Amino acid sequence: MERSTNYILVFATAVCFVCSIFVSGAAVALKDKQDLNKKVDMQKKVLLVAGVISGSDGVEDSEIPRIFEERIDARVINLKTGEESKTDPSTFDQLKASKDPATSIAVSSSGAMAAGVKRIPNEAIVYISKKDQRLIFPIEGKGLWSTLYGFLAVKSDLNTVEGIIFYQHGETPGLGGEIENPRWTGLWPGKQIFDAKGMTAIKVIKGQAKAGDPHEIDGLSGATITGRGVSHLVQYWMGDECFGPYLKSRSTTKMGMNIGGAR
Amino acid sequence: MSSAKSFVIDPLLDDNPISLQVLGICSALAVTTKLETSLVMSIAVLAVLTLSNLSISLIRNLIPSSIRIIVQLTIIASLVIVTDQILKAYMFEVSKQLSVFVGLIITNCIIMGRAEAFAMQNGPWASILDGIGNGLGYSLVLIFVGFFRELFGSGKLLGVSILTPITEGGWYTPNGLMVLAPGAFFLIGIFIWMNRVWKPEQIEAE
Repeated sequence: MERSTNYILVFATAVCFVCSIFVSGAAVALKDKQDLNKKVDMQKKVLLVAGVISGSDGVEDSEIPRIFEERIDARVINLKTGEESKTDPSTFDQLKASKDPATSIAVSSSGAMAAGVKRIPNEAIVYISKKDQRLIFPIEGKGLWSTLYGFLAVKSDLNTVEGIIFYQHGETPGLGGEIENPRWTGLWPGKQIFDAKGMTAIKVIKGQAKAGDPHEIDGLSGATITGRGVSHLVQYWMGDECFGPYLKSRSTTKMGMNIGGAR
Repeated sequence: MSSAKSFVIDPLLDDNPISLQVLGICSALAVTTKLETSLVMSIAVLAVLTLSNLSISLIRNLIPSSIRIIVQLTIIASLVIVTDQILKAYMFEVSKQLSVFVGLIITNCIIMGRAEAFAMQNGPWASILDGIGNGLGYSLVLIFVGFFRELFGSGKLLGVSILTPITEGGWYTPNGLMVLAPGAFFLIGIFIWMNRVWKPEQIEAE
């Protein structure tokens, strides 16, 4: 059936109008719930990696914000100086900050290239567990297919790993995706990030780590490149371009003479 | 009533959108590494397909034929975005795993195919039934593939260990092929084969 051009235009406009109402209605109505989900998910990962809760505790999601509030302090720090900044951590969005040219810098050192990081924010967030003074750092970098986003928790000696967790990645399930497997992340606690000279030495190796080696972590079979990515990104974020200065300033001010490990 | 029944039953095995028409293969490969994601994807496609068939059928006599494809696409895209938003709000964990594939329902050939081939010519009630039938046909294959991929690929079903893998102290060596896309190809192939052994009339004349 032939229709006039005017009819077609009116019809197309009407369809678009009705559809847009549905889409924007759903987006607006569900936004709060979605943002809350994201926030709770993030808080849960921080609590898990800090060892405050464990996966088998069966903590309800509704409990998470309260536990987080009670047990975790958030600080925004300046990566270059390592000093705490005045930015409010509750509104600080690190992902946004690392994309905006005004609040981030382009990096091209060999460490950054290896970790697949192109920009780092000027300021970054650090979570601190109130009881044990464990530090939880956000980390990110390239795996095989995708950018891995996660947290690394460090004990109060500023050298020993408390845990690692990845909350977002697009690696192959069953291969690179095993970085989420608690059996693998369970290999991390107790490993030392820095060697005696203060260099980042922690790494995921191909195959099985030497027994008793303080820095090596077993590789995942079928995920050599993902493992390499994890090594590089952990080394990069713990290194001098990222959280290195903060770790240094913390070890001199807070720990006094008791400098744990190399720092 | 018998025709109403056949709208729902036919697409299951006689005219299955995946195994006979070979539509919607992309998502069938991508989201079937686990049974849970297969189930959620099935429900999402079922809902979108039924609603898109219904809404397109309701306005089928008003749609100018020169812009009918783009109108169908607009409606489907809107429904998919709403579905994606609902998943993000109420099934956050699963929606993270499905990631981009919910959005890709928009380009799923089954939905466009049913809108164009069925909903444009038939009334709302028949279109709803056709949507449900084809959605179930899609779900059937997805669940079949998801079941075997999760069971043999990681020794689990819905995240519960059935065959305890060696990495967790058991005896089962997970079949790595199953978690990769080729595993799904083999399973879909096996499904089509079984389907055709049972219903020989589906075999094309040579």
